[in-house]
Amino acid sequence: MNGLSFLIPIALGLGLAGLGAFFWSLRSGQFEDLDGAALRILIDDNDERPD
Amino acid sequence: MTATPRHSEFLLPGIRCAGCIATIEQGLAKKPGVLGARVNFTTRRVGIDHDAVLDSEALREELTALGFSAEPVREEAAAAPSGEEEQDRGLLRALGIAGFAAMNVMLLSVSVWSGAEGATRQMFHWLSALIAMPAVAYAGQPFFRSAWGALRRGRTNMDVPISIGVLLATGMSLFETIIGGRHAYFDGAVSLLFFLLAGRVLDSAMRRRARGDAAALLRETAPGGTVLLADGRTEWRRADRIEPGMRLLVGMGERFAADGIVEEGESSIDRSLVTGESAPDPVRQGGLVYAGTLNMDAPVTLRVTAAGRDTAMAEMARLMEAASGAKSRYVRIADRAARFYAPAVHSLAALSFAGWMLAGAGWHQSLLIAVAVLIITCPCALGLAVPVAQVVISGALMRRGILVKDGSALERMAEADRVCLDKTGTLTLGRPVLIAPDIPDPQAASIALALARVSRHPLARSLARTLEGQGVTAAPVDEIVEVAGMGVEGRWNDGQHQDGTGRLVRLGRPGWGAMLPVDTFPTPAEGTGDMLLCVLTVEGEAPLPFRFSDRLRPGAREAIARLDAQGLRPLLLSGDRQEAVKSVAREVGASGVGGLSPLDKLEVIRDLGKAGHKVLMVGDGLNDGPALASGHVSMAPASASDVSQTAADILFLGDSLEPVPLTVDAARRTLRVIKQNFALAIGYNVFAVPLAIMGFVTPLVAALSMSASSILVIANALRLRIIARGAAPSNVGTAR
Repeated sequence: MNGLSFLIPIALGLGLAGLGAFFWSLRSGQFEDLDGAALRILIDDNDERPD
Repeated sequence: MTATPRHSEFLLPGIRCAGCIATIEQGLAKKPGVLGARVNFTTRRVGIDHDAVLDSEALREELTALGFSAEPVREEAAAAPSGEEEQDRGLLRALGIAGFAAMNVMLLSVSVWSGAEGATRQMFHWLSALIAMPAVAYAGQPFFRSAWGALRRGRTNMDVPISIGVLLATGMSLFETIIGGRHAYFDGAVSLLFFLLAGRVLDSAMRRRARGDAAALLRETAPGGTVLLADGRTEWRRADRIEPGMRLLVGMGERFAADGIVEEGESSIDRSLVTGESAPDPVRQGGLVYAGTLNMDAPVTLRVTAAGRDTAMAEMARLMEAASGAKSRYVRIADRAARFYAPAVHSLAALSFAGWMLAGAGWHQSLLIAVAVLIITCPCALGLAVPVAQVVISGALMRRGILVKDGSALERMAEADRVCLDKTGTLTLGRPVLIAPDIPDPQAASIALALARVSRHPLARSLARTLEGQGVTAAPVDEIVEVAGMGVEGRWNDGQHQDGTGRLVRLGRPGWGAMLPVDTFPTPAEGTGDMLLCVLTVEGEAPLPFRFSDRLRPGAREAIARLDAQGLRPLLLSGDRQEAVKSVAREVGASGVGGLSPLDKLEVIRDLGKAGHKVLMVGDGLNDGPALASGHVSMAPASASDVSQTAADILFLGDSLEPVPLTVDAARRTLRVIKQNFALAIGYNVFAVPLAIMGFVTPLVAALSMSASSILVIANALRLRIIARGAAPSNVGTAR
């Protein structure tokens, strides 16, 4: 019973942290361009390319 | 200088790859005044933050300079997100809340199931209640709203049993918790919401993407025109900003953005998109032209008589609105199932409550069992059965260049038993293609290429494309001038004239070339009335005619044969002349009717509908709009007019007609999988409901069986993806 008194808050806290992270990513627009993210990884972002 | 930064958005139908994103973002960043640019690949848009000194026109030019055609979508500073976007985000937020609640309540429930007793169980139940009740109140809203809307209109849909089940389960569990009972169904209520919301989110994501693509295509036909201002300056304006009384400069190869009367110039007009008529029509001063038609020969000045929503298109829009009633009356298969399902489930729950009361179980026990029946029968699997199958198949179709605009389109498509097709632009490419001579004399070809490539005339462009494709190199022709309404002329340096003047060469109208001193001029062959002709004349030589025709789309014959094999009995409906329609119909092996006005087409489809047929209409022109709207289901190529794209349920990219039978096939397979899913869901109920009625269903059993049936249904729907991949290969993906 003693263990529960801090284990449950920890579990809920972790869950809330996950929920918070989800809301943050939703608000910062990370779910708006799901296809673009897959392509952006291919863009070279160094400006002085050798060619 | 740095006034308040503004935000503009542009549609970019042309972006295809990572390179395009990099080009646009890095190219715009270099432009002074641009603060930042971000491309959204999913919606094919770019959002630009910029100083107020740059207007949307300057940005549009900048994007054009980077090699992308762009359409402005929003000009206001920091516009609020549209209602639909807000709705999508709301669904995602609800999904997040439901997911959080489901996980934590499940965690607590597992401890209860594994034997927590007394005060511990009581605390866990209270904790569950604290998490579950706000979660249900928030995440359940999409279902409650929809259910309430249906009930208020005296109807029922899938959301009614869902809402009742969730609310009763939550209420009952709260009561159990208060009196210290053994069973609470909080976990069932929230995980049910989680599963169903997942289905909703998938559904809306799919539709948003199709909408974005469709909107991007929609603007391509006549986005706007160059307006001649009173002070002699010109300005490019969007079609909805053009007003009657304005003067419009329309160049060669440009589409008219408004209805009007020709004030200056003489040209011929390609009306194929509007009337289906394939031969061009001459217009001169005082002649009337309609928005959406193509100016072929020479620049003209137009006095606008009607613009925007008042054009002849508006008449079409009214016809279409009247015709589309049948579609809005269509009841989706899930809602049809709900019509039987919801009353059955509710009476079952009521009966088991009454039965246990009669058997003397006491109202508490009886109510608990009735709630268990409701939870078990709550159409979790049914709610997922349709959206998951449709998301999977829409995704598979989208990769093949087929955009499903409407959620119920595939269901209606699967029911179609007749297909009507337009001719010009649908069965044919709707643009001139060189048909004779096959291989022109190399010298003539190189002269023709030199002349043709400077002109924007559709015939010249087609000729230049064909010749370049054959590897022809242009001959040395100087002093090239384009004579409006006639053609292109120049001096060909053949190396024999020492004075460097060269021989006069002309490419253009048959009559124009004949004015040169030539040997003989061939009389036009009989039976070539529907052919387009341009003639290359070299001073002192026999003129060489190039014949063009609107050719069948590649794979048209195969596609028609496949549609026939699918039992759809293809029928051509066209506004073109009867003979032209008949000859095309013979060529593809279908029956055909010509000379139809938009209203006639509508009538044909209505008559078929009255005879009990479900018609699939495939068309592209403005004249097909009402027919597309009145068909049970409709498809249009992406090259279609605005109106047709709005009216059609499904759009396909590329030249091939193969997507039509492919979509029919996919739709039928989808319906089969949906029916299988219904059978699975009902089979599960047949197994689980007796257990619930007998009182054996504890929260643990409910949670397990609900998840199991949902996963089974999703897995079955995912099979569609594999079938769709394995289907006959096609070249649809290579758009334009």
